[in-house]
Amino acid sequence: MTGANASRSARVVLAVAGAGFRRYSTYRQATVAGAFTNTVFGFMRCYVLLSVAGVAGEAGGYDRAQLATFVWVGQGLLSVVNFWNQLDLAERVRSGDVVSDLLRPMDLMTTYVATDAGRAAYAMLTRFVVPVGVGMLAFGLYLPANPVAYLAFAVSVAMAVVICSLCRYLVGLTAFWLLDVRGVSMLWMFAAGAGSGLYFPLPLLPDWLVTLLWVATPFPALLQAPLDVLVERGPAGPLLAGQLAWLAVTVVLARIVQRRGLRRLVIQGG
Amino acid sequence: MIIQTSALRKDFTVWRKLGRLRRERRVVTAVDGVDLTVAEGELLGYIGPNGAGKSTTLKMMTGVLTPSAGEVSVCGLTPVPQRTRLARRIGVVFGQRSQLWWDLPLTESFSLLRHVYRVPPADHAARLRRCRSLLDLDAFLDTPVRQLSLGQRMRAELTAALLHGPRVLFLDEPTIGLDVLSKQAVRGFLGELHATGDTTIVLTTHDLADIEKLCRRLVVIDHGRVVHDGTVEQLHAAYRSKRRVVADLDTAWPDGLTLPGASVERVEADGLRVTLSLDGATAGEVVAQLAQVVPLRDLSVLEPEIEDVVARLYTGR
Repeated sequence: MTGANASRSARVVLAVAGAGFRRYSTYRQATVAGAFTNTVFGFMRCYVLLSVAGVAGEAGGYDRAQLATFVWVGQGLLSVVNFWNQLDLAERVRSGDVVSDLLRPMDLMTTYVATDAGRAAYAMLTRFVVPVGVGMLAFGLYLPANPVAYLAFAVSVAMAVVICSLCRYLVGLTAFWLLDVRGVSMLWMFAAGAGSGLYFPLPLLPDWLVTLLWVATPFPALLQAPLDVLVERGPAGPLLAGQLAWLAVTVVLARIVQRRGLRRLVIQGG
Repeated sequence: MIIQTSALRKDFTVWRKLGRLRRERRVVTAVDGVDLTVAEGELLGYIGPNGAGKSTTLKMMTGVLTPSAGEVSVCGLTPVPQRTRLARRIGVVFGQRSQLWWDLPLTESFSLLRHVYRVPPADHAARLRRCRSLLDLDAFLDTPVRQLSLGQRMRAELTAALLHGPRVLFLDEPTIGLDVLSKQAVRGFLGELHATGDTTIVLTTHDLADIEKLCRRLVVIDHGRVVHDGTVEQLHAAYRSKRRVVADLDTAWPDGLTLPGASVERVEADGLRVTLSLDGATAGEVVAQLAQVVPLRDLSVLEPEIEDVVARLYTGR
């Protein structure tokens, strides 16, 4: 019985994720424009980092091929993990449309995270492929010899997508209290960008700061972790374990905040 | 009883700013002791002026708002704590909100709803087929929801609310902003749905034509309280709605002329048109009397209008 229930629940989640995939696939021009922008910025970031590496050919423990990979795969993952776009949640809380979500027999968090996972899958097939392809042709990328590294990379990206989704869900949930989430959203974008390795590889920072970021924030789990797994900077195990820990923390946190937000909604009204 | 409320009450706390830091707490009662029972298969019209508490009542019945006091039960469930279970048994259409996925073609929204509500494919297909023919959906099934006209969207919303075969359908102003044809389509559909007897319908509206065309039973709420619960005829009787006789005359209506059992309500068109409301006399008696005292050109008898009663109800508060 529980097995049948679980498989039905899984089908619902898959259907919602599929809808998320198709929703984003309807915006083709936006996909093309986004991939183009990611690629242009890829060149800029790559030249900057390579000049940091300079004649030594090394920066923060990454060689030139690893740095190029860090930049170009990072540019590809940017739209997959999707730091910068908020979920619809905040807007729907503000407009009151969240009531329609509550009237469906589905958990709110599951709905939003599954939809976002569908979006990420679409981005992986489109927005990821373009900058990575261009980077490979223009600079040559670091490709792990061990096939297990690719599998670890896939797992790491999947966890990064869900953690980022949950973080943005938390940002959206603040709308239950604040109504206008722009302030929180700006803070999130700045912190997530700087703390995740999006602007530069975190090992360029002092060790204590990197450790602090890993322990105290989910940000390195969003981008630095999958990129380090791919360029094989140390063993993948601890990186994946760190992500798993942050996944657990964000799930628990999102559930607690969701419960409080919904209680506030059903008592105070929309 | 498929819906039952007793002494249902909802208070909202509002904070009024008095100064930079000082705030005053005020409690506003939106719903103030509503007792309501709705039998299976009934079509209930639920009306009231803006801010009367209609939507608040509906939100408490559908489980998105916790009552401050009193009881509510829908399909034998307590809405807020059992919201997810209740969601499978009710359908809700809020005229001003959408439950469809904005960027997806309508048919994909429908098939996603089948998964979300875990409806067996055959049941889903049968219900969709029926809605397609009754609501003329075929022309825009493949159109993304964001491109639908309001009338098309409302027909789609009705379908979406019914695909899981709910026992109760809550409609909050489903005809708001619709043109005449779309209103007729929606009303015709609701009439048919009601006729099958499977679905209980609770309809809130500002369009009294909806009520006259569809509802036997009408509940009027004002200031959070039920001020009328009965048929439309009972409403007219309770508020002494009057039938009227409108007469067009060949010569002007003599000033100060009165007729027994009727009173002059209006004299227009330089005295050539007079409107009499009936106070005890029948229309026939009044017409007979009129014919003796003035030269008649044309006559019509007007039934009392629900709008007038309701306007009196709302302004009499």
